[in-house]
Amino acid sequence: MKSRHILRDNILFGLGFALMIAALYMVFVYVPTEKETGIVQRIFYFHVPVAWVCFLAFFITFIFSILYLWKRATKWDAIAHASAEVGIIFATLVLITGPIWAKPVWGIWWTWDARLTTSLVLWLIYVAYLLVRSFATEPERGARFGAVVGIVGFIDVPVVFLTVNLWRTQHPTTMIFEGGLATPMLMTLLVCIIAFTVLYVLLTVQSANLKSMETEIKRLKSAQAEQEDIDLWRT
Amino acid sequence: MENLGYLLAAYTIIWAVVFGYVLFMQRKQRRLQRQINLLKESMQKQNSPTLPNP
Repeated sequence: MKSRHILRDNILFGLGFALMIAALYMVFVYVPTEKETGIVQRIFYFHVPVAWVCFLAFFITFIFSILYLWKRATKWDAIAHASAEVGIIFATLVLITGPIWAKPVWGIWWTWDARLTTSLVLWLIYVAYLLVRSFATEPERGARFGAVVGIVGFIDVPVVFLTVNLWRTQHPTTMIFEGGLATPMLMTLLVCIIAFTVLYVLLTVQSANLKSMETEIKRLKSAQAEQEDIDLWRT
Repeated sequence: MENLGYLLAAYTIIWAVVFGYVLFMQRKQRRLQRQINLLKESMQKQNSPTLPNP
């Protein structure tokens, strides 16, 4: 079982590494420079995949939170928790790379338009998810409360996605799959999306393993305490 | 090559954050594994029968 996990992790790592090298080559060598905004447009090839992975991560948290509340199995909670943690990392990267791209193009770092504001709210919701879990007095209660936040908080994901089409925002609309991108740009973006998805899977699997190890430690500690009680009673 | 600094900053931050997270997980894994080994060891000692004093 353990050797199968090691093989899976090695395959994921190799695939992720090769895809990331291919993605970097395409971003910096293969794809032509965009005419209007220049070289800084290349941020787009990592900014969009990072945002996609962030949505995917919160979707996985949503699904596994439902499963946890239904079955009460700690393995579902471990995956939901791990995915939310990785999702926050990527949401943070979206909120950092967005303003870095915005400054030379819009002339400002930040504006309180619908897309940017709902993205910040999304980040805050999942930070709250982690806080709710860590402040709970019992791990089971924290998992239960976290699952509720993971389900309700997911409402913001479609809101973030649709803001650019529903309201007039500073942020560009989603025109990627509507023929708005030249073929080399679209190809580069797709390779980057696949590379970041593999990275997400790799990070989430590792993070879920850590959550399982923490559960194992709690189990061993309670077993040890039980054994100490029995020994005390015997003497 | 205008705005190259912004491009480099964006990519550097992405990789720094990803590597930082991987490093954090690696350290945590080592710490948890050590803790598991210690707990298992102490439980084995507890369970092993002790010989009565002559």
